[in-house]
Amino acid sequence: MLTDRIEREIVISAPPQRVWQVLTEAEHISGWFGDATEIDLRPGGAIVFTWSKHGSHHGVVARVEPPRLFSFRWARPAGEPATEGNSTLVEFTLSPDGAGTRLRMVETGFAGLQVSDEDKGVAVKENTEGWIAELGELREYAERPAA
Amino acid sequence: MTLRPGPDPRGVLAAMADPTRGRLLAELATGGAATATTLAARLPVTRQAVVKHLRVLALAGLVTRSREGREVRYEVRTGPLTSAADWLAGLAAEWDLRLAAIKRIAELG
Repeated sequence: MLTDRIEREIVISAPPQRVWQVLTEAEHISGWFGDATEIDLRPGGAIVFTWSKHGSHHGVVARVEPPRLFSFRWARPAGEPATEGNSTLVEFTLSPDGAGTRLRMVETGFAGLQVSDEDKGVAVKENTEGWIAELGELREYAERPAA
Repeated sequence: MTLRPGPDPRGVLAAMADPTRGRLLAELATGGAATATTLAARLPVTRQAVVKHLRVLALAGLVTRSREGREVRYEVRTGPLTSAADWLAGLAAEWDLRLAAIKRIAELG
């Protein structure tokens, strides 16, 4: 059945301290999320992820416990401040794995995203084509040979 | 390189977040079309509650209604569910790409 969370895990051949930098430092974040990042790394601190093509998404730092736990909320709609009703929570957990790091990502809160009453009836129908386009774009990207 | 977060099937996920509605959909999917009375007999909830939950599922496009005599029959529509699952799978695949990028950057040291 459908769940309200995405869980992913990867093992990285670098110590947690190094992975922590990649996760939390603006210059590194831009390498895996968006094209430019501003981040105020403390609970409640502001984040702005900017995609040159698609605009800026605002976020708020939730938990900062180096080098074990980093979480933030990010607003799904571009240009809006992150609130409970428009954002999901992304939580990274780092644990040592030999000389490397086991990195776990859990994103939750999709079901809590607010839907206006008028949206409720039409959202599904209207969005179907959008998702198909997104997935096509994703597949194309994934199948491209790594640079 | 990162994909734009696309439109999302919020109505479907919000509708599915309730366990009773999940049960109702499962009943309709496995037992076929049914009336609120039949469904209430199979689940530990009142007919009134079943009707309320079916209304939410209908709004999300997850069930359709048709008249049968004096009662309304509900039938599951799997399309929106599949689309929502695909959407989540797409988001998960985006995370795989992001985690792979994190790994690459971290291992470059």
